Amino acid sequence: MSAESVHEKKEPFMRMVKRDNISQGEAAKIRILAIVFAIIVGGLLFLALGKNPLVSYKDMISGAFDTKVMIQETIKKAIPLLITALGITCAFKMQFWNIGGEGQILMGGIGAAYWAYFWADKLPKIPLILVMLVTAMVMGGLFGLLPALFKAKWGTNETLFTLMLNYIAKYLIIYLANGPWKDPGSSFPQMPTINRGVFLSTVFGVHWGWIVCIILIILMTIYFRKTKQGFEIAVVGESNNTARYVGINVGKVFRRTMFLSGALIGLVGFFQVAGADHMLSENTAGGVGFTAITVAWLAHMNPTGIGVVALAIAILERGCSRIETTQHVPASVSNILIGLILFFMLGCEFFINYKLIFRGSNKRKEAAKA
Amino acid sequence: MAADAQVVVDMQNITKTFGKVVANHNVKLTLHKGEILALLGENGSGKTTLMNMLSGIYFPDSGTIEVNGKEVMIRSPKDAFDNGIGMIHQHFLLVDVLTAAENIVLGLPGAATVDRKGINGKVKELCDRYGFDIDPKRKIYNMAVSEKQTVEIMKVLYRGADILILDEPTAVLTPQEVDKLFAVLRNMKKDGKSIIIITHKLNEVLAISDHVEILRKGEYIKTINTAEADQQILTDAMVGHATSLAIERPQLERGPELLKVSNVTVLNNEKLKALDNVSFSAYGGEILGIAGISGSGQKELCEAIAGLQHLTTGNIMFQEKNHQGKTLSDVNDRTPSEREKAGLTYVNLSFVPEDRLGMGLVGSMDMTDNCMLRSYRNNKGIFVDRKTPRELAEKLIKELEIVTPGVETPVRRLSGGNVQKVLLGREIAGGPEVLVVSYPVRGLDINSSYKIYDLLNEQKKKGVAVIFVGEDLDVLLELSDRILVMCDGQVSGILNAEDIAKPEAKANIGIYMIKVGGPDAKEEVRA
Repeated sequence: MSAESVHEKKEPFMRMVKRDNISQGEAAKIRILAIVFAIIVGGLLFLALGKNPLVSYKDMISGAFDTKVMIQETIKKAIPLLITALGITCAFKMQFWNIGGEGQILMGGIGAAYWAYFWADKLPKIPLILVMLVTAMVMGGLFGLLPALFKAKWGTNETLFTLMLNYIAKYLIIYLANGPWKDPGSSFPQMPTINRGVFLSTVFGVHWGWIVCIILIILMTIYFRKTKQGFEIAVVGESNNTARYVGINVGKVFRRTMFLSGALIGLVGFFQVAGADHMLSENTAGGVGFTAITVAWLAHMNPTGIGVVALAIAILERGCSRIETTQHVPASVSNILIGLILFFMLGCEFFINYKLIFRGSNKRKEAAKA
Repeated sequence: MAADAQVVVDMQNITKTFGKVVANHNVKLTLHKGEILALLGENGSGKTTLMNMLSGIYFPDSGTIEVNGKEVMIRSPKDAFDNGIGMIHQHFLLVDVLTAAENIVLGLPGAATVDRKGINGKVKELCDRYGFDIDPKRKIYNMAVSEKQTVEIMKVLYRGADILILDEPTAVLTPQEVDKLFAVLRNMKKDGKSIIIITHKLNEVLAISDHVEILRKGEYIKTINTAEADQQILTDAMVGHATSLAIERPQLERGPELLKVSNVTVLNNEKLKALDNVSFSAYGGEILGIAGISGSGQKELCEAIAGLQHLTTGNIMFQEKNHQGKTLSDVNDRTPSEREKAGLTYVNLSFVPEDRLGMGLVGSMDMTDNCMLRSYRNNKGIFVDRKTPRELAEKLIKELEIVTPGVETPVRRLSGGNVQKVLLGREIAGGPEVLVVSYPVRGLDINSSYKIYDLLNEQKKKGVAVIFVGEDLDVLLELSDRILVMCDGQVSGILNAEDIAKPEAKANIGIYMIKVGGPDAKEEVRA
């Protein structure tokens, strides 16, 4: 034992202290500061590449908003993100980590594309669109239900399970593109464009998915806040034990909610096939299933917040693809920029929950004097 | 103990806050060499926080700590050990698959190989010196709770600690084991060790300590010479005003048999018997106390009654409501739809589980939603009705004097006593005929505890069969009409009113707690 050396020790350099409560204004200030920091660090990145940060940022904004077409494209990008994030939120609210959004989108896409490829000339447009929509939702729903069944029955890990299902859906599509559904007019293993008659009608230049988005935001807000099922989801998410204690069938809530989650995400597959891409490919999901997880988290699982964040990410992605051409930066730079903003946004949550106290801070000195 | 004995620990002006909560405000503490200091206070008075700062788990916001006359900075448990301070926590920190000796040396610097023989010898020497009774070669998972505690104490002594802090060491022990622990503590004191013991059991404070330091709401109140104190003086200092310590036990005619548990066996996750052939009945208008070392099957028993456990054998029968107290039958014999067809309804059961925020309530939800947990299915349609539960929440706040900023505050933010009032209030609002309460006063201050006892007595007077799982034997003896003692998942014995009235009732319960069959099987009692 060395009492002398112990005596010499100073107080820790830095300590974390949990905040009890933080005002809305203070939290907003921290979040805005985080965005500013992200923009500054992003600017340093542009400088390092030899580009003018101000010009680059200006190009990004014009890339997302300059013309009517660009605004339409931005909204088109936000639609799948928004609906997928709503679906993911259903599962996440009950702490069921559904990271199988990609797979569920693709399965929905397969469901929609089947009717579009083989029934387009046999059915009138409206029943055809309806049956596509329902099939996509059921296929996505069943693909979401599967991990819930296994979890309720055997306690399987839903994170791995849904992740693996993504690959199954992806390779199912690659198989279809190589064989049964291959475009006969192409030498590449790809599926054809769907019949023009099946293209979704547009409202203000964007397919009507955006109207569905607004309706869904309202419906999901009511569902989570006002319905018995929404209440059950919240109870199961907070504590399985409490749910059992009040007589909620936890397995049933898992199954029901995961079907709903998958069905909403399957709907995205329908919109991508019929409204956006007009074809089915393994890129139909294009990472939306994963980006939507970030959207849901950033919005704190609040449906209205999801709308805002989805739009913001879409703007960011559109802006980044613009500067790839105007500023001749590689595509990876835009990914880094998006990563930076997400890093600062998620990182600032720490400062909302904790504060740091440094050695010899004023507070301690004052307290010691008192 | 001489008053001029050397001061080994001197804490001055210690302040520690967690967010807005001030856990300690300008608290001081002085510990002399070779004394046992009891740190007394209600829950939330800051005892454990203060000791956590002495043992390096928290770092104070301000204030000074002197050990053996030198000011020190204790930044980690290692710093505390370097100063000869060791803390025995309420929850044991042992590796189950290692032996006692291995756990004792775990984490100490040493050669690449373990000199088991040398360690065992040194452990044996410690045992002889202080009167421990432990086999250094036994694995932890084979040990009883009291033996695990012994290992924890030896772990600290082995590291050369002269200042020992024990956080509620008696909570998990039988009366006999408490006596043994106290004998060990007295031996250590004789050897010149200084000991701080955190507790809220007054009789133990009076039995073991030299001085009592009392904290209230994070503030230092006073230090009393134990020789000059009695229970009333300590309680008044702890609560801040004069309190009556008597618990009421209204004498009533025993009502009808409302619940009958027959030969129930329940397996735990490891397929071991958590409940072993348990049988008993509960009657209206009585409080049936359930005693036992924690983990003897109380939790499983309550959950089995509440229908949350799968019964391997046996059944649990409730009185049928429409047969006017004549027939008992098993709820699980018929499906819900069959019951509906036969017009069968059973007596109402309410259950206050031990894990309040993990099972009884949802911590992040407000009072309205927590009240709604029980009733959200009662209305028709897909939407929830928040109006009725909100009214209930407001009624509970008024009637039970629940301290909360409002019905919209998450219940997690409330203090332990108020959380329990929300839970018990909601369960009583359900109009139960059978009320199961598990450790209802754990962690509650004296005033809240007495409020809870009153509520239970009120239910008893209404003819409810109250099943009360408790840990404080004095309270159980005062409140219960009968006491069922559990041991290793079995019913070890049931004490009737006349058994409870006997002066040796407490000692008898202690024996039932560690040996099925109790005093009749005395010679086999575990050493």
